[in-house]
Amino acid sequence: MELLFYLFSAVMILFGLGVVVSRNPVTSALCLVMSFVGLACLFIQLDAFFIGIIQILVYAGAVMVLFLFIIMLLDLKAEEGRQINYLALAGGLILCLVFVVQLGSVLTSFEAGDVGKTPQQPEMTTDKNPEGLSELAMERMAEKKLPDVHLVGWTLFTKYNFPLQVVAVLLLVSTIGVVLLSKRKLT
Amino acid sequence: MNTDYLPILVQFLIAGGFAAVTLLISVVLGKTAQQRSEVKDQAYECGMLPIGETQPRFSVKFYLVAMLFVIFDIEVVFLYPWAVSFQEFVRDGVWVAFYSMLGFVGILFLAYLYALKKGALRWSD
Repeated sequence: MELLFYLFSAVMILFGLGVVVSRNPVTSALCLVMSFVGLACLFIQLDAFFIGIIQILVYAGAVMVLFLFIIMLLDLKAEEGRQINYLALAGGLILCLVFVVQLGSVLTSFEAGDVGKTPQQPEMTTDKNPEGLSELAMERMAEKKLPDVHLVGWTLFTKYNFPLQVVAVLLLVSTIGVVLLSKRKLT
Repeated sequence: MNTDYLPILVQFLIAGGFAAVTLLISVVLGKTAQQRSEVKDQAYECGMLPIGETQPRFSVKFYLVAMLFVIFDIEVVFLYPWAVSFQEFVRDGVWVAFYSMLGFVGILFLAYLYALKKGALRWSD
């Protein structure tokens, strides 16, 4: 399991580098897709199946379509033979160095928990049903599998009903915005 | 636990293998065509002579459709956990979940009606 974590992390870092290094914008975008898929694999390893699938469905599927359309609309060409801006390069290197130092200081001062057991699962395998979940969900928890879609649905629709409506209004506004902007007649 | 994912790995291998083998076959079979010449690169008989960019700019209509797709895709993201947990809501009588989803879909239906009325889904304009 740990091997898979490092495998998918390596995949993500490699394709993340591909996004930055590649001169062709379409290649960059497709590298970003692979990076998203690697992230989804990491989520699935953490038993967050719902988030993993949403990651593929929404990010790798829908958001990347938008990226590709922007590339096609703006008619971006591969950057060829561009002069390297040494000042920007030096600035970027300094910024990277600062981040590495920060990461190192966090990692050295951070006490990692016990990796062997996941803390949220044992307390959920009680015989009574505190969350009011279905038989199926309880069976899954008894098998030490996280019924994450049930939990997300239950929490979302018992506690967060109002924010859900706000999300709907937000989506309505974005629909109106995109229709207004792209259907505007040029006069 | 890990063996559960074996079919997915096999599918990945088949997908990758298919792509690799297809590319390989086209390289092997296309070997005779690789001796290019001035005449061979020309358009055949009455074909159009290639002029201009190979990547034309795309109409903004495509972007509009993609954007609307994303919006209704996000609707599905919320519908999915709702559908999975629906039996639990019915059993425990959590009717607020039903009306909440009704409101959510209702508001997005307004968005759909707006797009429809504005002709956002009509291609020829």
